[in-house]
Amino acid sequence: MDLTTFLVQCLNALQYGLLLFLVASGLTLIFGIMGVINLAHGSFYMIGAYMAYALAPIVGATFGGGFFATLLAGVVLSVMLGYALEWAFFSFLYDREHLQQVLMTYGLILVFEELRSLLVGDEVHGVSPPELFAGTLPLGGLMTYPVYRLFISGVCLALAAGMYVVFTRTRLGMMIRAGSSNREMVQSLGIDIKFLYRVVFAAGVALAVLAGMIAAPVSSVYPGMGNTVLILCFVIVVIGGIGSVRGALLAALLVGAVDTFGKVLLPQAAGVLVYVLMALILLWKPEGLFKAG
Amino acid sequence: MKTIRIALIAAAVLTTSLATAQTAPRLKVGLMLPASGTYAALGTAIENGFKLYVAEQGGKLAGREIEFAQVDDESDPAKAIDNVNKLLKRDNVDVLVGTVHSGVAMAMAKVAKETGTPLIVPNAGADAVTGSMCAPNIFRSSFSNWQPGYAMGEVVAAKGHKNVVTITWKYAAGDESVRGFKEAFEKAGGKVVKELNLPFPNVEFQALLTEIAAAKPDAVYTFFAGGGAVKFVKDYSAAGLKQSIPLYGAGFLTDGTLEAQGSDAEGLLTTLHYADGLGTPRDDAFRQAYAKTYKMQPDVYAVQGYDAAQMLAVGLNAVKGDLTKKAEFAAAIEKARIDSPRGVFTLSRSHNPVQDIYLRQVVGKENKLVSVASKALADPGRGCSL
Repeated sequence: MDLTTFLVQCLNALQYGLLLFLVASGLTLIFGIMGVINLAHGSFYMIGAYMAYALAPIVGATFGGGFFATLLAGVVLSVMLGYALEWAFFSFLYDREHLQQVLMTYGLILVFEELRSLLVGDEVHGVSPPELFAGTLPLGGLMTYPVYRLFISGVCLALAAGMYVVFTRTRLGMMIRAGSSNREMVQSLGIDIKFLYRVVFAAGVALAVLAGMIAAPVSSVYPGMGNTVLILCFVIVVIGGIGSVRGALLAALLVGAVDTFGKVLLPQAAGVLVYVLMALILLWKPEGLFKAG
Repeated sequence: MKTIRIALIAAAVLTTSLATAQTAPRLKVGLMLPASGTYAALGTAIENGFKLYVAEQGGKLAGREIEFAQVDDESDPAKAIDNVNKLLKRDNVDVLVGTVHSGVAMAMAKVAKETGTPLIVPNAGADAVTGSMCAPNIFRSSFSNWQPGYAMGEVVAAKGHKNVVTITWKYAAGDESVRGFKEAFEKAGGKVVKELNLPFPNVEFQALLTEIAAAKPDAVYTFFAGGGAVKFVKDYSAAGLKQSIPLYGAGFLTDGTLEAQGSDAEGLLTTLHYADGLGTPRDDAFRQAYAKTYKMQPDVYAVQGYDAAQMLAVGLNAVKGDLTKKAEFAAAIEKARIDSPRGVFTLSRSHNPVQDIYLRQVVGKENKLVSVASKALADPGRGCSL
């Protein structure tokens, strides 16, 4: 591998890692910080991708269109969805065992897949990136790089920074973290923990949906797409350290690098390398790379 | 009084059973196809094709009325044996038809081989179904993964390309397709310089696209399908490789995916046993009938389902609907010339179609016929001792 190729591969790794963080960010919030095991995370991601495909024409007809208008519409809808789901299902699960959370969220996966099949069908769809980022950049005469992928990386960095500041530097973040360690105590301090958690859950769903919408132009839109990202997301949250935004970002970058270079240097083992990484990190640090925060 | 009532009931039962005995009993066909999940659309097309042929024959094959029993196989190999047994033991089907997913089809073939129930595979391309797993009662109406790959090997060599990189998922269908390609391409003097793989169903291609760009081959051969095919074609184009290194693939790269791939697929060359715009009267008639019945356009999967029914009809006609004559049933299908919408095909020694593989080019939303890439191509049926 010559130097140019190596540098391009590093860029690929970085870019993939950031994309993974984007996808895992909602899970960091719901599983990492709120402590609810949410297998339906992949479904929220899929819903996002299908929204990017299905909402664009509707938004185009009513508001004159535009990529960002579609994103906004998707986020508003997903906050409503998240809020309703928390009210109807998740609010009963905080004091229950993890196994019950697993069962219920697995049920939700099946429901969302079937609804998707009924509403939009089983075909594969493509979403084109917005005009603004449709171009490509040349990379040392070797190949070209889509500008949209760089845009995604920018969004990820901004999200990571935003989440980090909110959770470690603001009063809101403090309340949320306190709620995950002791609900009753927070309640007795006069904070409406029920409402707070409903909002945080809605934000987590909105993040997953946003990730799906932003990733749709590069990943394309197809049935079952959520299942493949789900496991990677859990890997990232677990090796990063449950509840840690910094950890999730670092873990996503590590997984991106291992996956990228694994495919190139050790193609026979590419499928298991990520899990080997996870096993090694957990042997070394059973709590993950970072403590909460 | 009581005895009279019993006698009346007995008489009624006797007369009804006598009445049914006069016509030939129904033939029960077990359709094991995906009705949910990634391959649901393919399962529907196959079912539609099969039922269209049966309906054209008035709902009867060889004088026996056809009745269907259906199971959704969910494309899940872990549930495959249970699902086949549901059809065989619960529904008592006489014939098995299925399926799309190769892993599930292998399980069906295993059960069919043990029980001797006739099985017609209307899609799954795993070489082994008509290779090491072959049996007198197992037939395929579709293709083997080897076939489109082999045909493309000849095409790419004829275009004068010398060094080729292949890229596919690391699983049976991808491996077999690449093996077929390599066999023909290297026989014609070309060289596969690098075989790139990624785990199924991983769709992060960027690292491997960089490898392709660095290797600078004359051309790339690929096998992807469904969502992966859409993403690969788009990424290949976005990486700027489409202009510099021509991309060739097995037909699934551009089948059922053109809507999503858009202009990134324009001009791509692929090989398959069916194409848009064949322009034969047989194909036109089939397409019209299908579009009229189901209000949508048929695809290669519909053709495969239709032909599975044709093959069954040939076998049944030869034994006058009596499936106990297994040897005659099989012999009739082996000798048959199936008048398929794709063109007439026969069956190889190992029961796989001996068929023309077409070279197609993407024009707009269609895979337009360019030429016949390989005439009457037969799978070698390696490992089959029939």
